[in-house]
Amino acid sequence: MAGEQAALVTAPTLDLAAVRADFPALAQQVHGRPLVYLDNGATTQKPRAVIEALVRYYEDDNANVHRGVHVLSERATAAYEGARDLVRQLLHARAVSEIVFTRNATEAINLVARAWGDANVHAGDEVLITAMEHHSNIVPWQQLCARSGATLRVVPIDDGGNLVDEALDRLLTERTKLFAVTHVSNALGTVNPVAGLVARAKAVGAHVLIDGSQAVGHMAVDVEALGADFYVITGHKLFGPTGIGVLWGREAVLDAMPPFMGGGDMIRTVTLESSTWNDLPYKFEAGTPHIAGAIGLGAAIRYVRAIGFDAIQSHEAAIVGAAVERLRGIAGLRLIGTPRVRGGLISFVMDGVHPHDIGTIVDREGVAIRTGHHCAQPVMDRYGIPATARASFAFYNSAADVDALVGALERVRAIMG
Amino acid sequence: MSDLTDLYQELILDHNRRPRNFGELADADRCAHGHNPLCGDRWTVALRVDDGVITDVRFTGAGCAISKASASLMTEAVRERPVADALALFDRFQTVLTTPIDRDVETDTLGKLSVFAGVREFPMRVKCASLAWHTLKAALLDEASVVKTE
Repeated sequence: MAGEQAALVTAPTLDLAAVRADFPALAQQVHGRPLVYLDNGATTQKPRAVIEALVRYYEDDNANVHRGVHVLSERATAAYEGARDLVRQLLHARAVSEIVFTRNATEAINLVARAWGDANVHAGDEVLITAMEHHSNIVPWQQLCARSGATLRVVPIDDGGNLVDEALDRLLTERTKLFAVTHVSNALGTVNPVAGLVARAKAVGAHVLIDGSQAVGHMAVDVEALGADFYVITGHKLFGPTGIGVLWGREAVLDAMPPFMGGGDMIRTVTLESSTWNDLPYKFEAGTPHIAGAIGLGAAIRYVRAIGFDAIQSHEAAIVGAAVERLRGIAGLRLIGTPRVRGGLISFVMDGVHPHDIGTIVDREGVAIRTGHHCAQPVMDRYGIPATARASFAFYNSAADVDALVGALERVRAIMG
Repeated sequence: MSDLTDLYQELILDHNRRPRNFGELADADRCAHGHNPLCGDRWTVALRVDDGVITDVRFTGAGCAISKASASLMTEAVRERPVADALALFDRFQTVLTTPIDRDVETDTLGKLSVFAGVREFPMRVKCASLAWHTLKAALLDEASVVKTE
């Protein structure tokens, strides 16, 4: 008993009502019903702290960064670089020189495929991905292989949506130059055991890129502990603005890479004949960046860290676990992906009902979910389905949201028979 | 506020559950594939045309209820009709689907197809209702073999 009491005292808690009050968009009604937002895998809502940071920048500090000597430029630069340090803290990176701002995770992956891939991947080499990747972690590698003559290999997944371990052992060889893998699957919910995957890839000398898009808003990430070479995230799935993402790269790896795009800010000297490159991370940030976006992302990180990932994870695990159990109880509903470790999302199909009809009907009940192929068509092909319905959660979702989802799905059944 | 029953009318649900003219057409003389990459709906429409008249039409594929019911009702509406009539019917159908909801639409000449007027209230679903028709038109006019709506 004493142990239980101690657990009660120390368990991380989350003040759900207070948290929800921080998100203006959650307070609205749609189709005459309270909004139940379960499309966080597509994008998350923004806390007032993020919205206010954007307004403050544009109202008070708007200036270009790294250029002016005037006070507004100093303030904008300090806020922009302050956001970079907040990203460093979030990812537990060693130095801000390893934090490159991009438009999104997709651009970060393309940066690596171009700048690192073109210099390091050649004919005869192999790039290894997995069957559960988002298109953004497939297409750039297909393009790299087409340019270089390298071969793309794919780690298959089992029926539950887990990577097939034996296949990974077989596919990781000394020919593998890069292993690109998602931290959390956006289509199946699978949380991959990334630290172990990195260790196995490193044992054959491969570089490793991890797509953290579906992970960062939900769990603590420590890139140093993971031991990968690249980790990419997007801001808008982390309660920040759209149009801002991050590439974390190991300093020695980034340092050896040529620039991705040319232009202002990424250079040290320019003559009409040639140029030399700026230091990290600016070498990879050509042109005026999304200053407001970076500052907004910084505010989002500050907000999320104040809640704490222990509280976020235990709250989400309880809500998602309850949702899985309730969905299993709906006749004719089948989960797509029953992974050993599940993140914050659930994909499913219903007998005789196309996912788009599910999406339209639950929307009228106020419930926002995603339907379609989730930019993961190979996953749909793997399960022989055209699309799924997906409920994806964030720390502001409640048990009442799960009730609303289940009620809306019962209405789907009533209408569609 | 529009009601879900405007969209999922009994006739649509019936054709979704029991699509008419669903299956391969052995002696087809023209055929087209339609694909909505956004939602994954795919239909193949196969036809037989004799002396400018659609003498048989069947479809295969998979899609949402709106899309499947539209394909099914389309096959009933154009069978035994001259090609020109079928194309004109598509024009009228398309006009109804794309007319803003605050304006009246003429559905008298659409017959059973008027059941899709309710789709106007759901702009994201208009493409679902028209995919099979675009595919039919491509087959009739012998345009590119794969039609895309998105």
